[in-house]
Amino acid sequence: MTAAAAARSAAPPPAPRVPAFTWVSVFVRMLAIQGSWNYETLLGNGVGFALEPVLRRLPGGVHGDAFKAAMSRESAYFNAHPYLTAVAIGALARAELDGVPSERIERFRTALCGPLGSVGDRLVWAGWLPFSSLVALIAFGLGAGPLAVVLLFLGMFNAGHLGLRIWGLRVGWTRGLAVAGALANPVLRSGPAHIARAAAAAAGVAIPLAVARVVGDGPLLLGGALAGGAVIAVGLVRVHGRVEGWKLVLVLIALFALVSVAR
Amino acid sequence: MRELLPLSLLGGLLGLDVVCFPQMMISRPLVGATVAGAFVGDTEAGLFVGATLELIALATLPFGASRYPEWGSAAVVGGAIAAALHTSPAGTVTIGVLATLATAWVGGWTLVKLRVWNAWLARRKRDALDHGSRGAVVGLQLAGLTSDLVRAAALTALAYALLFPVARATVGLWSFGEHLSRAVTAGAASAVAAAAAWTIFHSARGARWCFAGGLVVGLLLLALR
Repeated sequence: MTAAAAARSAAPPPAPRVPAFTWVSVFVRMLAIQGSWNYETLLGNGVGFALEPVLRRLPGGVHGDAFKAAMSRESAYFNAHPYLTAVAIGALARAELDGVPSERIERFRTALCGPLGSVGDRLVWAGWLPFSSLVALIAFGLGAGPLAVVLLFLGMFNAGHLGLRIWGLRVGWTRGLAVAGALANPVLRSGPAHIARAAAAAAGVAIPLAVARVVGDGPLLLGGALAGGAVIAVGLVRVHGRVEGWKLVLVLIALFALVSVAR
Repeated sequence: MRELLPLSLLGGLLGLDVVCFPQMMISRPLVGATVAGAFVGDTEAGLFVGATLELIALATLPFGASRYPEWGSAAVVGGAIAAALHTSPAGTVTIGVLATLATAWVGGWTLVKLRVWNAWLARRKRDALDHGSRGAVVGLQLAGLTSDLVRAAALTALAYALLFPVARATVGLWSFGEHLSRAVTAGAASAVAAAAAWTIFHSARGARWCFAGGLVVGLLLLALR
């Protein structure tokens, strides 16, 4: 068999036709994929919920055995990053409509959890989200108004968020069970490191600017706030994992409020 | 207290965004506190509380089953309190931040309870789910979404109703000046932000230098103003 022939045999069959309205329904349901998140099946029920509009197209419709078997399979335990689960949704929809054997779908489903979780966590939670926050905080520090700050943050974050979901659904549907290769996309592989560097630079700019705007007048107070913050930050880094920063701030500010009221 | 109902609905929607729907980060404190401030009549006060809290929230990474503060409903409570007390500015940002942090702590606990509740509901429908019941899957999802909405709305209402009178009394007795109060609060928040930036990004090659470079730019911008 030639390489071209082998590639043709590995590729999924031509995609079945699915109406645009069904995709819209799947996409909206994907936004609620964590709606019944729990410690036993995690995202599992959400995956079944999001796939349901596509699975209605299986032979026999919603009363058919194929639909019920697919719903049972797809609502079982699943864990991944909620945004990148779109890749799994697209690929699983394709596999179910292509009639791929259930054992293969289940193995594929299990294999996807790890990569989609770790890539999504690094790219979104530890990358794009803090970066978007920091850019909005820079705008705040430079004097932007409430509407501009909020719209900048929401627009920037959701351009990435919704783009990632749309890309994931499309690439999953197009490639089916061969979607693993899509996870080698440069954005997913080296994107987190680039975003981390950009976010680190943004943090350096944002922190002093944001603190300065909150404090208002008084270079002495600003210097004190930044110096005190730096000292506490070093302490927090050194005790990393043993003290949560927000709890420490809660205690410090509560003590400050007590002193202010009592003196 | 006539603002309690709209604030509860806002808190419900923003609390829902944290995990369940649509996770578009309208629940971030920068957004939640600002919008709550606008609801009560002082958007600027909400923005200042939101920006301070956003520095703190940088440390929150909502990985999978990890336990974290629920910022959505909490930011509504803090932003609204600061906005409602804007006529006596000293201490309002500090008190707004404090109210948010306390509510976020309780909110994080309620999220854990919600997950346990969802698991209980799923166990009750186990047979139907195993048989591929469409009604069970859709019903479970809708039950989870509704429970979260009710949880967040109730938390917002309860927290605001309890904390607003305390906050009003505290502001009346507040003795430190406005700028000193803000400096202490923002300084503490900046510590969390700087520690979070280090923890999250330092492993990326060159990120330390990027942070240092950014810091120089930030301080230069301050000096040039």
